[in-house]
Formats: sequence, structure tokens, C-alpha cells
Amino acid sequence: MSDTKRASKQKVVVVGNGMVGHHFIEQLVKNHGDDYQVVTFGEESRLAYDRVMLTSYFTGNTADDLAMTTPEAYDEQGVEYYVNAQVTEIDRTNKTLQTATGQKISYDKLVLATGSFPFVPPVPGKDQPNIHVYRTLDDLDEIAESAKSSKIGVVIGGGLLGLEAANAIKQLGLQTHVVEFAPRLMAVQLDQDGGDLLRRKIEDLGVCVHTGKNTTEIIAGENCRYRMNFADGSFLETDTIVFSAGIRPQDALARSSALALGERGGIAINDQCLTNDEDIYAIGECALWDNKIFGLIAPGYAMAKAAVSHLTGGEKQFTGADMSTKLKLLGVEVGSIGDAHGNTPDSQSYSFVDSSAGVYKKIVVSSDSKILLGAVLVGDTSDYGQWLQLILNKIELAQPPEYLLLPEIEGDFTNAASGVDALPATAQICSCYDVTKEDICCAVRDGAQDIAAVKSCTSAGTGCGGCVPLVTQVLNSELEKAGVTVNNDLCRHFAYSRVELFDIIRVKQIKTFEALLAECGQGDGCEICKPAAANMLASLWNDHVLTEELVGLQDTNDNYLGNMQKDGTYSVVPRIPGGEITPDHLILIGEIAKEYNLYTKITGGQRIDLFGAQLHELPLIWKAMVDAGLETGHAYGKSLRTVKSCVGSTWCRYGVQDSTSMAILLEKRYRGVRSPHKVKLGVSGCARECAEAQSKDFGVIATDNGWNLYVGGNGGMRPRHADLFASDIDDETLLRYIDIIYMFYVRTGERLQRTSVWLENLEGGLDYLKDVVINDKLSINDELLTQMSHLIDTYECEWKATINDPKKLKRFNHFINSDRLDEKVIFTTERQQIRPAEKKDLVTI
Amino acid sequence: MTNPTNEKIDWLTICNIEDIAKNTGVCADFNGKQVAIFHIKAASESGGSEVKAVCNLDPFAGSNVLSRGLITEKDKQYFIASPLLKQEFCLETGQCQQDESVLIPTYNARINDGLVQLAEA
Repeated sequence: MSDTKRASKQKVVVVGNGMVGHHFIEQLVKNHGDDYQVVTFGEESRLAYDRVMLTSYFTGNTADDLAMTTPEAYDEQGVEYYVNAQVTEIDRTNKTLQTATGQKISYDKLVLATGSFPFVPPVPGKDQPNIHVYRTLDDLDEIAESAKSSKIGVVIGGGLLGLEAANAIKQLGLQTHVVEFAPRLMAVQLDQDGGDLLRRKIEDLGVCVHTGKNTTEIIAGENCRYRMNFADGSFLETDTIVFSAGIRPQDALARSSALALGERGGIAINDQCLTNDEDIYAIGECALWDNKIFGLIAPGYAMAKAAVSHLTGGEKQFTGADMSTKLKLLGVEVGSIGDAHGNTPDSQSYSFVDSSAGVYKKIVVSSDSKILLGAVLVGDTSDYGQWLQLILNKIELAQPPEYLLLPEIEGDFTNAASGVDALPATAQICSCYDVTKEDICCAVRDGAQDIAAVKSCTSAGTGCGGCVPLVTQVLNSELEKAGVTVNNDLCRHFAYSRVELFDIIRVKQIKTFEALLAECGQGDGCEICKPAAANMLASLWNDHVLTEELVGLQDTNDNYLGNMQKDGTYSVVPRIPGGEITPDHLILIGEIAKEYNLYTKITGGQRIDLFGAQLHELPLIWKAMVDAGLETGHAYGKSLRTVKSCVGSTWCRYGVQDSTSMAILLEKRYRGVRSPHKVKLGVSGCARECAEAQSKDFGVIATDNGWNLYVGGNGGMRPRHADLFASDIDDETLLRYIDIIYMFYVRTGERLQRTSVWLENLEGGLDYLKDVVINDKLSINDELLTQMSHLIDTYECEWKATINDPKKLKRFNHFINSDRLDEKVIFTTERQQIRPAEKKDLVTI
Repeated sequence: MTNPTNEKIDWLTICNIEDIAKNTGVCADFNGKQVAIFHIKAASESGGSEVKAVCNLDPFAGSNVLSRGLITEKDKQYFIASPLLKQEFCLETGQCQQDESVLIPTYNARINDGLVQLAEA
């Protein structure tokens, strides 16, 4: 790099702060942040957000959830940004821009990422209130507002986005219709048979589909706000209309500054994403490459990368993109790959229909039947990843093509593995983050040994998640090649995984560690298998952890029903369900703390921790607690900790449900249930989320109609936002879902695995979990529910049982043969409370 | 107090073997010293009990907690894992498994007619 180039930072201005504009900025700042001054203008009121997930705005995701960046993040990266700022003019000679408010700014390099705008056909009557488009969060707010005064909603357009919009309208509780001009739904991606099946499935969900309808006018209705008249003489009455009839590139700015455009619009670019002005790039949906507009996110990201590469002296080019898509529309899985319509000369096609299961698959192959060219999938897209790779890499089929269509024969894994091995290193596995097979192999060679680790180091599978099955196959194949036998043995005493051991204990009704060793182990056990066995026995049979048979298996904290601190004293935590406590109990806890001279601290889980209790004091402290009606908080167990809550609708002027009562109900329901690791819950009374439920294993957030349930959240060392599992469910469904998921986790989680990692490693992820819980895919729900009710019914306060059992109490003394106390336990005072004395304190004492 | 086969050793009776739940430990006051005694009952053998004793002090934390640790087994040898940071100490030799330079004191322990007895090593 020359000195002159280094001397002054180049000023790069990005017009448009959508997903692609933001991706460009991220890519540039990440590796070249010091070399460029970056400025961005966005027309919307918000910085970039996830438009792909737009519909989830109606099912619980807030604008903040969808945000891809924040003002703080841009500030930190040194990105100068303007929102609500429309750029109106480019002066290419002087290299300056002007905004609608008259602001003027110069640039060295300009990037146009202005996106697209919704196409609204010129139907008379289209410009009236309650008629919308579906593009931005503001559009969604307006649609939601209209829905309040509507019963019926119509979406014009039965393509991909139209069906998304229909889903949104249905979520808002409207009777939903889809009106499509073409003879079938998703005409671009599906053939007639696929479109017909999709239509049937969507109609089963209560959405009316009208195909082959050309809307000629929108006039006042008799029973509804509007009446739509169609060219064939029929009509439809509706209160709200959403246009989703395609997109058009937003190229007005380029047009007015005389940049080269395509015949039907779009800013013409070359492989470097440069326009005909060598200082101006165009990327995303506003750009036209080889006379094509790419209305998907992955090609937009690829353009952003190509532009960054060219700007910074790299060689990455944009060479077109595969327009295959896979998505879930109104709950129906749909996939379209490559030449789905069989447009290639002499191509042949095969199809498979399972009308009972509602599955349609079609493949298009070359004339010699050797190469897969395209495919259509409706109802089941599990083959998508594999087939996409076969097509993109032109891999010769190992078997006659019809074999691809046959339902998978159970246990036949050889096919899948050889499929992955046949892929070239450059095969793109994750299109959201452009992760290749080689990237994943590298990560595995560098030590990533499970899917969660691969996700965190490559980002693969963290976008839409569609590639996770394929990523898993690559991971497993690579581990196998490296000679890593994926050894799930619990420890040297058991050649079984936790999941397998759990099943053995359950099926053979094993009640003791000795019996388990005799059944399937060897030796006498260790620090891994003993607590794990104690934990599984508790999850299944719920016997007191300090019974003679079990006490020797317990880990440090369970062993004395307290949390051991570094000096060998314990902390004591009574349960305060939902964080609700009476003044009398507060006073009692204070009095106990005073009597035993304990250090008191408020925990993060809305309760009170009392530190510095010695072994002999524990039963005395707990007797006082239990006598006053308090019970153990299980702060020492791998079990339910707390259910954090806000005051909810009882007090709060924003609350929409009684979150405190729900939190107390949940905490009392699951108290004492032992699981692979600790479990935390949160219940918020409204979308403001004051209980931070989305950082919990189970998060519950109130809605106007019930509750949204989130799963797999975590704070702590490895923060993760919980995933939305179900929306607007009632109390009964909420408890049922949590019961099932909780027990499924107890059964299938690895030792010391939190729900967040469990969920990430679950093959099939969230969708699979939904299938198990909502559709009872594994037919085990009754069993899981029975198991949970057994735990709920057999709950007892472990401390109450302990203080009433002289045999158990005998252990709560420092010496077996003396009443002396441990001379090493010495406290000093800090901020009017005790703390363990350290060496330096002892010198001064 | 004396053992006919080993006249020189002074055995001090601490408690009954029933006072120590199988495969757990207790802390004994042994002439003013804190000694951790473990009641080992192997699952695989035909139910015989034996006792082992080491000092109660966890040398890493400087706290008297080893009696509250977890007994582990590896190749028929027994260890005590500290309840604090889980370092393991051999119950025969006192050798720390994670740090070669650390050795903790051991004591003679036996069950004599149902009584648990301790003696200096």
C-alpha cells in the first residue's frame, strides 16, 4: 500500500441501511476499520433490522429483537449514521450527496444499497386507508392498527412474500384470504402439482386461496369496508388489504444521477458490483447483474462482500447466485431448487406424492439421468440441503434418480455420509453466512467437536438454520475421518452416554448406584458418574438425596443441602417464589441472619442469600425457616432455581397478564425437579420484558391473548437469547408445553448441559422440538407428562425432611467425636457485615 | 486400646462404623488434629467395609473440608476429591493427582470390632 493511500482515510458513504447495506459496513469495518471513514444514510426511522424475520414481529419478536445493530454499536465502530434521512441527489462530478433536508456531504466511494419497493399494480381505489404494503416495520405497525377495526383481511399476491403477509394477517386474528393472479401459488418456485398441494395445506389452516384472479377495482363494500371486483365478474369483500405483488428495485437516485440502468429498472453492475461510475457501487435488491435482480438475502450479502473486496484490493467477485429457497410458509415447508420447472432441454422429471402425509417431491434430472438439475419440495424439505449440494456441485448421482425420492430407510446412514464426502471443499453449506465445507472442516480440525462449537466458530447454521442437518453431517464425517471416535462414554466406569444410562435406569427401574454398577458399569465410581447417577435417580424416583443409599453420591452442595463457600461454610437460600415475600418473612430472615451472624446479599434471582453458616448451624437455621413456613430454595441443586417475575397487571399500568401469579405457580410446580443442570425461568407481564425472561431456560412473556413461551435462553458465561417456541397460548397449554420440554431435557440432556446448548445440539433444532412437543412426533408425551406429575406429586422440602430425621442430622457437625468448632473459620467485618478473614486480616487481628 | 499383634501402635477410638454412612467421610478430632476418615464399601466386593484417613485440610484452599469430599476410584485405588476445587488425593499415600509436588499427611485407620480407630502413620 502506498504512503499517500495510508495518509488520509477514504470516505465511504453507504446509501441505504437495510440488511445488505449494513452487511457491507460490517464486512468493511471488521477487517479494514482503520482505513475508512464510513457514513450511512437510512430512510427508515430505525437502523438495519432483519427483514427476513419480519413476520415474527407479530409473534413476539420486538423491533429490538430484530435489530441487526444499535446506535451504540455504530458509535463504537466509528460509523457515522443518519436515520430518517433520504438522499435526493448525487453530484457525481464533485462527488457530493444531498439529502431531503438539505444536508450536503462529500464521498470518495459511494455504495448504493437502496433496496426495493413493493410493486402496487395500478388498480383503481388502491390509495385508500387500510390498504397497505408489506415491507417495513412501519408497514407492519399500520397493518396491526388496521386489524383492530377489521374482521377480514386480503393479501394480493400468492408468492413468497404474499404468503408471509397472509401468515401475519392470520396471526392478527383476521379471517384471511390470498388473491393470486397466476393459476397457482408461488408460481415462480413451484410447479402446478406442488402449488396445488401447498394450496390444500394452507386452506386446511383456514386461509382462503383464490387463484387466477385479476383485481380490477377496489370500491366501497356492503358488509365490509371494501369490495374487490375481479375481471371474471366475481368479487370479495374485505376490511383490510395488503399488496404483496412483487418488488421493484429502488433505483430513483441512480436514475436522477444518470447511472446506467437496465431496461426494466435496476442499477447495472459488473462482477465487482461497480456501476458505470468507477466510484459508485450498487448492491442488493437495487442492483441488476447480468440483467437479473436478486430478491434474496444471500446474494445481497455476496454482493456486499464482492464490493468490500474490490474496494480493499481483494479479488472476490459476484458471479451470480443460486435462487433456490427453502422456507416455512404458514407452517408448511416449501423448497425450490435450481431448475424447478424443467426448463433445461431434454430434461426429465420424476415425482413422489404421499397425499396422506401431504408430501410432494419432484426432481428434474439431465437427459442421461446422471445429474440433478432442479427440485420442488412441499410438506417435507428434509432433502433440501443434500439435493442443493448435488445440484450446485453437479455431482454425478450414484444411483438411479428415482432412489432420491424414496422415503429414507431407517438406519441407512451410509448414503448420507458418502453424500457429504462427495462435496467439494468449496461447496457452500451455509448460504446466510457464506460458510463452505472447508470452513467447517477447518473448525473441526481446530478442535470444534460438536455442532454448538461449529456454530460458534463459523456462524454456520446461525442464520435461517436450514443448513444445520448438513453441517452436522459434515462435522460427523470429518470427526470420523480424523479418527475421533465420538466417545460419549460418561466416564471410565460406564461405557454409556448419560442419555443411554438414563434409559437403562428408567427401563430397569434401578434405584441405587450399586445396582447401576452391577447392571452396566465397573469399579466403584468417581466424581463424574456418582453425581450424575444421583442426579438421574432423583429425576426419576425423587427419593431424598441424603438417604443412606444416595448420600455418598452427592456432589459438594447437594451433600449438605447448601452452597459450600471457600472456607467450608455454607450459604443458605430459602425459596421466595416469584420473588414475592411478605414483610413478616423478610423480618424473619433478617432476624435469623442477625442471630447467626450471617452475611446477607440479594441474589440475581430475586431472593436472599445468607452466607457464613457452619455445618452445625444449618439445621438450626432451617428449623427456624421451616417453622415460619419457608422452604428450601434448592440453590445447591442441579434443579429449578428461581422464576423471576415483574409485578404484572396487578400493579403495573403496562401489564397485560398477572405475571407474578404465573411465576409463583411455575416455581411451585417445578421446585425440586432435578435436571442435567440448573434451570431458571422468568415471567414478564408485558412485552417490556422487565423479568428478562428471554435470558432464561424457559421464558414466559404475557401477550394480550395469553403467553408467549421462549426456550433455551441463558445469561452467564455464554449468553443466548431464548427462541420463541409458541405464541398466544393459554395457561393450560403453557404448563403442558413446559412440562414436556422440561422432561425431554431431563431425559436427553448431557451431564451439566444447560438447555441453551442442549437446544443447539438437538438435531433438527427448534423445529424438531416443536414437532416432538406440539405434534407428539415421538409418541412419548404421555410418558413425559406422567413422569413430571410424579415429580410434582412427590415433592417435599428436603430441609424439612432432614430436620425431622435424627439420622440425617448426625452429619451436620464439624467433628464426629467432639463439639469443638473448626478453628480455621474466622470472620472479619466489612461494610457492617462478616466476611471470611484472609491472611492479611489475620496479621492485623 | 492396644492391639495384640502390634503393641507399639496407640489406637484412638473415634466412633462406630455405623456412624459413617458408607462411601462418605467424617472429620475426627484426633488429639487436637483434624483428620478425615472415609468409610469405603466397594460395590463389586462382597460388601466388606474398610476405613482410610488423611488430614482434613485442603492444602489448596487452606480450609478444613476434605472429609466432605467425594470418594473416587481408579484402577482399584481410592482417592478423595476436594469439595472445593476437586483436586484428588490418594487415600493410601496422600499424593495429589493434579500436582505432583503436593502430598498430604495420612493416618492409620482400622475397624476393630465395629469401632473406627485412628493412629499416627
